[in-house]
Amino acid sequence: MTDDDGRTRFGRQRGGSSRAVVGVLVAASLTVITVDAAGGDHSPIDPARAAIGNVIGPIESTTATAVRPFRETMAYFSSNDDLRADVARLSAQNSRLRSEAEQVPLDRNRLRELDGLTKTANETGYALVAARVVGMGPMQSFSRTVTIDAGTSSGIHKDMTVLNNDGLVGRVLSATRTTAVVLLVLDTDSVVGGRLGSNLEIGFLRGRGVTGDRGRLDLDLVDHSVSPATGDVVVTWGSQNGVPYVAGIPIGKVESVYSTPRELAKHAVIDPFVDFTSLDVVGVVVPRRTQGDRLVINGVGGKR
Amino acid sequence: MNISRMGLVGFVILLAVVLQVAVFSLFSVNGVVPNLAMIVVVAATIARGPQFGATVGFVAGLLLDLAPPADHVAGRWALALVLVAILAGRVRTDARRSPIAGLATVAVCSFIATSVFALSGVVLGDHALPASEMTQVIGIALLWDIVCAPLLLPGLMALFERTRTPELAY
Repeated sequence: MTDDDGRTRFGRQRGGSSRAVVGVLVAASLTVITVDAAGGDHSPIDPARAAIGNVIGPIESTTATAVRPFRETMAYFSSNDDLRADVARLSAQNSRLRSEAEQVPLDRNRLRELDGLTKTANETGYALVAARVVGMGPMQSFSRTVTIDAGTSSGIHKDMTVLNNDGLVGRVLSATRTTAVVLLVLDTDSVVGGRLGSNLEIGFLRGRGVTGDRGRLDLDLVDHSVSPATGDVVVTWGSQNGVPYVAGIPIGKVESVYSTPRELAKHAVIDPFVDFTSLDVVGVVVPRRTQGDRLVINGVGGKR
Repeated sequence: MNISRMGLVGFVILLAVVLQVAVFSLFSVNGVVPNLAMIVVVAATIARGPQFGATVGFVAGLLLDLAPPADHVAGRWALALVLVAILAGRVRTDARRSPIAGLATVAVCSFIATSVFALSGVVLGDHALPASEMTQVIGIALLWDIVCAPLLLPGLMALFERTRTPELAY
């Protein structure tokens, strides 16, 4: 406490210089914001971002690896109840599906043929590089992004599709040598072209920026006369050359449909297949024959 | 302040940012994690004054803005944390005397930091969420920071006190 007294004795002088420093720092923050916001896609801040990413990325990877056993224990406790409920639900579903499947071998065969046809037509050669999520942006930043532990050295570049076993996760925003930043489809800045499974109508999915149990996407259909059905599956529609999204990746299913009096169009709320709170292993879609320091999983017989 | 002390401060900032992104995401509530960088800034300000605190805030904020997986306009966390340092500097003498006042400072600073960040997003049209979601995030973040502050604040303050160049040397 004696420091405090010492401080007040020189209070005026110190207060003045301190105020100047603080003022300069506020101005510096505002300058950085202005420069970055005005720069748009080619902001002068980007090199700094890349440099920091090159340093912090590996640190995040190492930290995540170090706490992974702990993470798995946590996941065990948090998901045990969920799993119990899942087992009950799935065994009921399984017996129902089995009886259904036995009734429709004909439909199944036709579907297989169609599927094969689509596969051949879409033979774009998807190949996957597996990676793990090592960092997740805090919700306080209001953007839903994660860091994965593979980067340009594994053949990962900007605007590549990221998926996991359940469906579409997002796209690569930027990549450093050993890490990459993925924008989740839940983010408010994310727009994905989607196609309804039942009637092949196309639309755009926007994230709501919320993860957790309430993480949802909004679907706006291009054709205003079409009304999506609840439970309908939405898959990616795909863009030219598969940038940034390749076609046919399941995204989620229609949870509810609503319309506002002001608009003719119907909006649908989509419940994504992917559980974004427990993201771990993800796959990045890379061109076939990608050479890198990681194993490239080439899909047998085409996509997926 | 000599190089090794500066390195120590830098290490604390780096540790806070990395833990926040890579470790605390395991315990996140709806994606919200304790804002460790903010607690570090408050501790620095209470221990060593607004000038030091604002510098720590600027560096920590810029690191949060640039380290992966950040995607928002750079400088937004820097601004929020410098403002936090200014605010904590105002109530510094009280916060040094009683732990309760220190806790209250963290609570107010948490609210201000997340709010300033959210508002800057609204102004820039950068990752803005509906107001109801934002208030929920601000609320959860506030609770997290109040839970973490008693564990971290005394230790961090003692650490920053130690980095001070002895006044008697002048």
